[in-house]
Amino acid sequence: MNRALPYLLLLPASLFLLVFFFYPFGLVVVESLTRGGEWTTENFTRMTGHWKFSTAFWNTIWLTAIVVPVQLIMALAMASVVQKLKTGRAGLLYIFAIPLGISDLAAGLVWLAIFEQSGFLNSILHAFGVIDRPQLYLGYQSLWVIFLAVCLAEIWRATAIMMVIIVAGMGLIPKEYNEAAEVFGASAWQRFTRVTLPLLRPSLQTALILRILMAFEVFAVVMALGGTTLPVLMGETFQWQFQLQDRGVAAAYAMVILGLSVAFSLVVLRLLHVPKGARI
Amino acid sequence: MAEIVIKGVAKQFGAFTALHSVDLTIADQEFMVLLGASGCGKTTLLRIIAGLEAPSQGEVWIGGRRVDHLPPRARGIAMVFQNYAVFPHLTVFENIAFGLRMANMPQAEVERRVTRTAELMHIGQLLKRYSGELSGGQRQRVAVARALAMEPDVILMDEPLSNLDALLRLEMRAELKGVLAQSKTTTIYVTHDQVEAMSLADRISVMNGGYIVQADRPTEVYRNPAARFVGSFIGNPPMNFLPASPDGAGRWRVAGRVFDGPHAEAAEFAIRPEDLQAASDGLNAEVRVVEPLGPHTLITAEVAGQPFRAVLESDRQVAPGDVITLAPVPDRIRWFDPETHKAIA
Repeated sequence: MNRALPYLLLLPASLFLLVFFFYPFGLVVVESLTRGGEWTTENFTRMTGHWKFSTAFWNTIWLTAIVVPVQLIMALAMASVVQKLKTGRAGLLYIFAIPLGISDLAAGLVWLAIFEQSGFLNSILHAFGVIDRPQLYLGYQSLWVIFLAVCLAEIWRATAIMMVIIVAGMGLIPKEYNEAAEVFGASAWQRFTRVTLPLLRPSLQTALILRILMAFEVFAVVMALGGTTLPVLMGETFQWQFQLQDRGVAAAYAMVILGLSVAFSLVVLRLLHVPKGARI
Repeated sequence: MAEIVIKGVAKQFGAFTALHSVDLTIADQEFMVLLGASGCGKTTLLRIIAGLEAPSQGEVWIGGRRVDHLPPRARGIAMVFQNYAVFPHLTVFENIAFGLRMANMPQAEVERRVTRTAELMHIGQLLKRYSGELSGGQRQRVAVARALAMEPDVILMDEPLSNLDALLRLEMRAELKGVLAQSKTTTIYVTHDQVEAMSLADRISVMNGGYIVQADRPTEVYRNPAARFVGSFIGNPPMNFLPASPDGAGRWRVAGRVFDGPHAEAAEFAIRPEDLQAASDGLNAEVRVVEPLGPHTLITAEVAGQPFRAVLESDRQVAPGDVITLAPVPDRIRWFDPETHKAIA
């Protein structure tokens, strides 16, 4: 009885996941591989054949490739500073965590309020006399501005989650390692790269996987700032599902996002692998 | 050549004073032990010498160079930490090589030094392992090898044996003494274990409440404590103390007996438990507890209402409740000032 108890306690949650996650997930897989009741790869050919697919694919990849590394560096820098604080640490963590409490759509709207034609950026530039009439920033003529605005919004919105994980991870590293490195001749930068970073690998794994998955699913921020001008994978999934009413192709898109997520998670796990016996 | 000179070093943590203006000179190649109970300031002093802590006042000189404003890596020191601080993400080889790599030493020299120090510490066969695969004693050896590989002027050790079990500690103690004597470095070794201190040190600095109470050779610290604290801290069991009063004729009355003593206003009588002999004439002691220890028997008794310990030959038959007569060896009697607690010559 005692041995079975933990499993029994976990059973409802497990069943819930099986029924409401894996079952629909299985349906999506089937959906992506069937058309009119027949097994086929037609959905995937349709998806890749559409002119927006490769743009959406590469936009998503580029967004991830730019946003995640920038966030990683910022989170590491911020965590290193927070780690050194003697007082006010908790307060600062709360402040940094504020964007986490805002939904991604709201975050997109905040930045839309800045960049749109009647937005804050135009008002400020006009007030200082830099421009004499409002500029259109988020038009299709200047895609890179939309791209940049999305990057900014994403960085602003989701750096804190990485930082919180990294701060927790840094707290787990005993101070003596740093002191030993210091005594044995390591500069502050060397201590960071040779001691802190390697010992932080488990936390970096968590932070990176979490963040990369979120980046592949970027949607609401892009919608708010660019609509469909800047296609991304998740946006296309939405389009095919609800505008074009083609659930098969939408399911195929979902599979692509899933494939990317799994592949990159494996890469992160492999790159940041800590051999047995080498853990703290 | 690495003489260490500490001039008026003090350290405050907020309102708490961990060190009160400490002065200490440690000769080149000397083995100095900082001994004291926890919170006496010994680790703080070591960390100030290492550069891991900045002194609030005072100067630290190593090898004729003032170092108190230099970072640890510019001081020519190596350190062995209490919890070893063997990097978990590096193999034993890379742990020992860490300082050498930081100094950009050529690979051939790194290999030579790592191999040599690993052999010296008997961990040559563990070089490919990670610290998670080592026992506490092996980790300790890696930590010492890492320090020795630097061929430093000074090795600082912060309670390096305190996490080992008793048998291993005994073994490592003897080994450390041999290895460090060979390496010809100046060593500062922090411990709260007086046996460790006595067995390793050229000189012991006994610390208490942020002061160095006495810095001298182990036998001297043991035989002639400079202060009551030293007598009560060193020695197991510690020194016995009894109040004394002048008898008016230049001698001192202690528990009903009269002893020759110093010329002073007031004094306290002190004797080590092993400097007492059962005799027909001496201090009357009422035995409370008898502990046979094998080679000796430890007696806890009461003399003039004060607790009093004696170490006697194990063949003596003593039982609790007995009243025995203990005669102090005359030239082993020490006297302390009851006000300042300093020794009276």
